[in-house]
Amino acid sequence: MSPVLAGVLQLLALIAALALAYRPLGDYMAKVYSSDKHLRVEKWIYKGIGANPNTEMRWPAYLRGVLAFSAVSVLFLYLLQRLQGSLPGSLGFKAIDPDQAFNTATSFVANTNWQSYYGEQAMGHVVQTGGLAVQNFVSAAVGIAVAVALVRGFARSRTGELGNFWSDLVRGVVRILIPISVIGAIVLVACGAIQNFSGIHEVGQFMGGEQQWNGGAVASQEVIKELGTNGGGYFNANSAHPFENPNPISNLFEIFLILVIPFALTRTFGKMVGSVKQGYAILATMATIWLGFIALMMWTEFHHGGPAFDLAGGAMEGKETRFGIGGSAIFSVSTTLTSTGAVNSFHSSNTGFGGGIDLLGMQLGEIAPGGTGSGLYGMLIMAIIAVFIAGLMVGRTPEYLGKKIGTREIKLAACYILVTPALVLGFTGASMAMDTPKNSMTNSGAHGFSEILYAFTSGANNNGSAFAGLNADTQWFNTTIGLAMLLGRFLPMVFVLALAGSLAEQKPIPATAGTLRTEKPLFTGLLVGTIMIITGLTYFPALALGPLAEGLAS
Amino acid sequence: MTTDTRKQEEPGSMTPTSTATPTRAPHQDVPTGHKPEDGKVGGGLFDPKQLLKSFPDAIKKLDPRIMVKAPVMFVVLIGSVLTTVLAVKDPGDWFGWAIAAWLWLTTIFANLAEAVAEGRGKAQADTLRKAKTDTVARRLSTDGKSEEQVPGTELKIGDLVVCEAGDVIPGDGDVVEGVASVDESAITGESAPVIRESGGDRSAVTGGTKVLSDRVVIKITTKPGETFIDRMINLVEGAARQKTPNEIALNILLASLTIVFLLAVVTLQPFAVYAGAEQSMIVLAALLVCLIPTTIGALLSAIGIAGMDRLVQRNVLAMSGRAVEAAGDVSTLLLDKTGTITLGNRQAAEFVPVSGTTEAEVADAAQLSSLADETPEGRSIVVLAKEKYGLRERHQGELVDAEWVAFTAQTRMSGVDVDGRKVRKGATGSVAAWVVERGGTVTPEAQELTDKISQAGGTPLLVALEDTEGARVLGVIHLKDVVKEGMRERFDELRRMGIKTVMITGDNPLTAKAIADEAGVDDFLAEATPEDKMALIKREQAGGKLVAMTGDGTNDAPALAQADVGVAMNTGTSAAKEAGNMVDLDSNPTKLIEIVEIGKQLLITRGALTTFSIANDVAKYFAIIPAMFAVVYPGLDKLNVMDLSSPKSAILSAVIFNALIIVALVPLALKGVQYRPMSADKMLRRNLGIYGLGGLVAPFIGIKIIDLIISLIPGLR
Repeated sequence: MSPVLAGVLQLLALIAALALAYRPLGDYMAKVYSSDKHLRVEKWIYKGIGANPNTEMRWPAYLRGVLAFSAVSVLFLYLLQRLQGSLPGSLGFKAIDPDQAFNTATSFVANTNWQSYYGEQAMGHVVQTGGLAVQNFVSAAVGIAVAVALVRGFARSRTGELGNFWSDLVRGVVRILIPISVIGAIVLVACGAIQNFSGIHEVGQFMGGEQQWNGGAVASQEVIKELGTNGGGYFNANSAHPFENPNPISNLFEIFLILVIPFALTRTFGKMVGSVKQGYAILATMATIWLGFIALMMWTEFHHGGPAFDLAGGAMEGKETRFGIGGSAIFSVSTTLTSTGAVNSFHSSNTGFGGGIDLLGMQLGEIAPGGTGSGLYGMLIMAIIAVFIAGLMVGRTPEYLGKKIGTREIKLAACYILVTPALVLGFTGASMAMDTPKNSMTNSGAHGFSEILYAFTSGANNNGSAFAGLNADTQWFNTTIGLAMLLGRFLPMVFVLALAGSLAEQKPIPATAGTLRTEKPLFTGLLVGTIMIITGLTYFPALALGPLAEGLAS
Repeated sequence: MTTDTRKQEEPGSMTPTSTATPTRAPHQDVPTGHKPEDGKVGGGLFDPKQLLKSFPDAIKKLDPRIMVKAPVMFVVLIGSVLTTVLAVKDPGDWFGWAIAAWLWLTTIFANLAEAVAEGRGKAQADTLRKAKTDTVARRLSTDGKSEEQVPGTELKIGDLVVCEAGDVIPGDGDVVEGVASVDESAITGESAPVIRESGGDRSAVTGGTKVLSDRVVIKITTKPGETFIDRMINLVEGAARQKTPNEIALNILLASLTIVFLLAVVTLQPFAVYAGAEQSMIVLAALLVCLIPTTIGALLSAIGIAGMDRLVQRNVLAMSGRAVEAAGDVSTLLLDKTGTITLGNRQAAEFVPVSGTTEAEVADAAQLSSLADETPEGRSIVVLAKEKYGLRERHQGELVDAEWVAFTAQTRMSGVDVDGRKVRKGATGSVAAWVVERGGTVTPEAQELTDKISQAGGTPLLVALEDTEGARVLGVIHLKDVVKEGMRERFDELRRMGIKTVMITGDNPLTAKAIADEAGVDDFLAEATPEDKMALIKREQAGGKLVAMTGDGTNDAPALAQADVGVAMNTGTSAAKEAGNMVDLDSNPTKLIEIVEIGKQLLITRGALTTFSIANDVAKYFAIIPAMFAVVYPGLDKLNVMDLSSPKSAILSAVIFNALIIVALVPLALKGVQYRPMSADKMLRRNLGIYGLGGLVAPFIGIKIIDLIISLIPGLR
C-alpha cells in the first residue's frame, strides 16, 4: 500500500469513527448540561467544596467561579512543584524553579500544556498524576462550562442567568471526561501504552551506552491529554514516545480522542439552541477547515522533492516510521487546530509550508474544531463577526440565532479577537527586538524566527505544542509564555461570559424570510472565508518572514 | 414634485362622506415619481461636479478634532502627517513625497465623501431657510380682545396668535378657532393649498407656511428655534445627525481591525530587522494605511447621510437615523386600509334588483337619485350606471321641475322628486325608514339581499321609489372597497422579504376579511380602536418583532410612539407628528413600504462596502509583502502574482488604489447599492458575489493597471 493511500484510509477511518460518535455524544452532553438531577457522587463533591449547584448565576458570578477556581488551581500546582523535593513518590526529583513552576502551573490550568521541562527528568508521580493530570481534567471541563454558558446565552432570553459554574464543572468531569477516559485508557493499555507506578529503569542500548526508562501512570494521563485537548506529555517526546503512543491504531485512536468532544459539542450546541441544523453549520465550518488543512499538509509533506525525500516517500525527517507521513500529518493538523499540544512528529522538521500550516492552524484561534469548549465559543465569536460584517448585506441589522448583534455584543467580540494577536505579535515582536531571547534559537534565518513565533502562537492560543529547537526554559520565555497562556485563556473567557450575559438578556427575534439563514451552506462558506481572511490578514506579514519565506525558497 | 391629486382631497374631506362614513379623511395616493409597482428603490442623482464643489468643505474637515471621531481615518491622518515630516527630512526621495501626497489624498477623499453627502442636504436647507424669514406675530392678549405685534422669535408656548389671508404663520401650533386654507409648499413642495380647521385631526399648522384665505386663531405649541422647520433644516443639513446604533457598532469593529493591523505593522519592524530587511517608516505607514479598512471607514458617514437624504428626496423626514435603521429591520407593517390598501372610497360595483324589477330599472333609479350626491360613493354610482348599463349621465339642470334632495350626513340619503315620482338611495336604515314612513314595506327579500352584500364585505345601499303604486324598494346597490392596483404583488414581495402585513380598519370583521383576502395581506385588525392598535403593536413587539405604522390622528399618537417606525402624516395633528419618528410630507401612507426598502438599502450598502473593504486587503498584501522582503527572501517574489514592476511602484500602486477606490465608490455610497426585494438567502448570495468576490479580485486588476502607468513614468524606479 502506498503511503498516500495509507494516509487517506486512516483519514476515512477517523471520519467514520467521529461520525458514529457525533450524535450520541453530542446529545448526551446536551442532556448532561440540561438535567436538573445530581448524581450522588456529585452531591458529595458540592458538599465538599461548599457550593450550591442549584443557584442560577449571572455572568459576573459565573466568571468569578471560573477565575477563582483557576486561581486556586494555579496556586496549588505551583506549590506542588515547588515542594516536590519533600513529597513522597517524586522519584528523587527536586523542586522546580520558580519561573518554570509558574510557567507549568499556568500552562496546565490554561489547558495549554506548554512544557519547558522534560517530563521524565523533572516530574515525579505525585506532580504528574496528582497535579498535572487533575488539571488535564478540570481545565478541559472549565472550557466546556464556558462554552455551555455561551450557548445558554443564545438559548435563553429575558434573563441574565447562565447556569451554575460549579455544577457545569463537576458534571463535565464526572459525567463526560472521566467515563470516556476510563474506557480510553483501557483501549490504550490494550494497544500497548504503559500504566504503572514503577521507577526508573536503566537499560542498555543496542549501540552501547545506557538509557533511562521511566514507568508511570502513562495511559491514564495520555487519554485525558488527548480527550481534554491538553497535550502535556508524560514524556518529552510526547505522543512520538512508544510508551504513550505505541502503534498506528493507538495513534488513530488518540486523534479520535482529540477531536471527538470539540466536534460533538456542535451537536450539543444545536440541541441546546433548539436547532440541530445550526450545529451542523458550525460543524461544517470546522470540518471544512480541518479537512482543507489536512489535505494541504499531506500535499506539502508528501510532495517535498529531492532524492532523499523521494526515497522516503516524502518529508520523513522528524516523523515516526510507525505513523508515516499520513498519520503524522493528520495528527499535527488535528492538534494544532484543536488546542492540543500533543505531537507525534516534530513540527520543526516539517517542510516550510508544513510548519506554516501548523502555525496558521493555531493562529485561527483554535476553532476548527478547537479545544474542548474553547473551540465552540471561539467559533461562535467568529460567527458573530461574520454575521456582523456580511449580515448587513441582507438588509437587516445583524442578528445571530435570534439575538441582535448590537454595540455591546460587537464590542465584546472585537475585544475577544484582539487578545491573541496582541499577545502573539506583541511578545514575538518584543523577543525579536531584544538580544537575549534570540539566543534560545537553534536555527538561524526564517526557521529561527518561526521557532519564536511558534512558541508565542502556541502559548497565547493555548495549544502547547512546541516547534522544537527553541530553548524555552529561560526566565524570559517562562515568564512571557506563562503570561501569554494565562491572558490568552482567561481574557477571552471574560469577554465570552459577558457576551453570554448580554445575549441571555435579550428577547429573541423570530426568524423570517428576511433573516440571514445561518444554517445554510452559504453561511458556512461565508464563515470559513471570514475566518481565513481575518486571521490571514493579521498574521500574513509574520508568516511571510517565517514559514512562507522558507517554503517559497525551495 | 407632486401632482394635483390633493386638490380633490380637500373638498372631499370637508363635505360629509357617504353612508360608508370612514372615521378618517381619506388619504390620497400621491405619486412621488416612483411607481409602487416597480418595487425597487432608486438612487438619488449624483453629479461629479459635486465632488469639486465640496472640496473646500473636505479640507475644512481635516481638523483633528473632527477627524478623531472616525478612528480609521484618524489613523490615516496621522500617517499623512508622519510621512510628510519624513519626506521633508529627506526631500530628495520622490517616493516619500509620493506616498505622503497620496495619504493626504486618501484623507481628503474620505472627507470629500462626507462633504458631498452633506452638500446635497444644504440646498434643501437653504430653501427652507427662506421660509423661515423673521415673521411678525399678531399675538392676542389673554382676554382675547386686543392684539399686539411681536416678533415671531418671542412667542411662548401657549400664546394665541391671529393669522389672516396673506400672513405667514409665525410658529408651530394648533388652530383653535376658524378655518383657513394654507399654502404649505415651503415644506412639502406641494403647491395646492390645504385646509386647516380647529378641532379634529386637521388642526396642526406649521410655522413658515402661509395662510391664503380666511382667519384663524392659532395656539403656539413649540418654542421658537425648535419648530418643525428648524428641525427640518437641521436634519437635511446633517447637523443634528447622530451616529446610529449599527453605525457605532460597525465603527467599533473597524477600530478593532485597525488595532489588529496596527499591531501587525508595528511588530513587523523587529521581524524585518532580524531578517535583515529593515523598513523605512514611510513604507510601514503605507502598509498600515493599505491594510486598515479605509474604504468603509471613509464612506461610513456618507452612507448614513445619504440614507437620510434618500428619504428626504421622497419627502419623508426621519427624526433620527435610528428610525431609518429600524425601518430595515421591520418585520410587521401595520397598514391602514383606507388610502393605503384601498382607494380612499368605496365604489359601486353592481345593482341588484328585487324580484319584479329589472337591473336596468334599478340602475336608472340609482343614477337619478345619486345625481345630487357629490360624495365619491355617489359619483361612483353614476359612473357605474354609465359604464355598465350605458345610461347617459344626466345633469341636474336637464330635468326641469325636479326637486333635488342632496346627500347629507344627517339624512344619509339623496334623491330627486320629479314627475310625481320620488326616488331615493342611501343607507339601508334611512331608506327603509323612508319607505315605511310612506306606507310601504321592506320585503324580506330586500333584507336578504342587503345581508348577503354585507356578508361578502360590501356595503349595501337601498334604492327606493314612491310613485302611484306606493313606496317600495327597487333594489340594492353593492358598494365595494376597491383595492389599489398592484397591492397584492407588493404584499407578496414583502412576504418574500419576511415582512408581515396587517391591515387596520374600522370595518366589521366580515368586511375586513373580504378586503384582506382580496388585497393579500397576511392579517387584519377589524373594528380597530386606538387601544386595539396599541395592543397589537405591543403583542408583536413582545414576540421580538419590529413594527412600523402610519398615523395622523391625535388618538394615533400613543401607537405611533410605541411603534419602532412611526410615520406621521404631515396633514395630521401635531401630537401625531410629535409622537412619530418620521413625518411624511406627502401624507401618503403607501410610502411606508418604500421607507422600509430605504432602510434595508442603507444597511446593505454599509455591509457591502465593509465586505468589499476587507476583501480588498488580500491583494494589497500580495503587492506589498514581496516588495518589502523579496530582497532578503527571494522566494517571496513568487507572491508577486501581479508581476509589479518594482518594489516602490508596487507599494505606491497599492496606496494609490486605496485612495482612488474611495472616490470611485462615492457614487455607490450616495446612491446605495441596487436593491430589489428578495429573500435574505438570494440577497446574500448576490451581494457576496458582487462585493465579496469582487472585493477580492478588483484590487488585483486595479493595482496592476496603476503599476503599469507608474512604470511608464521615466525616472521612477
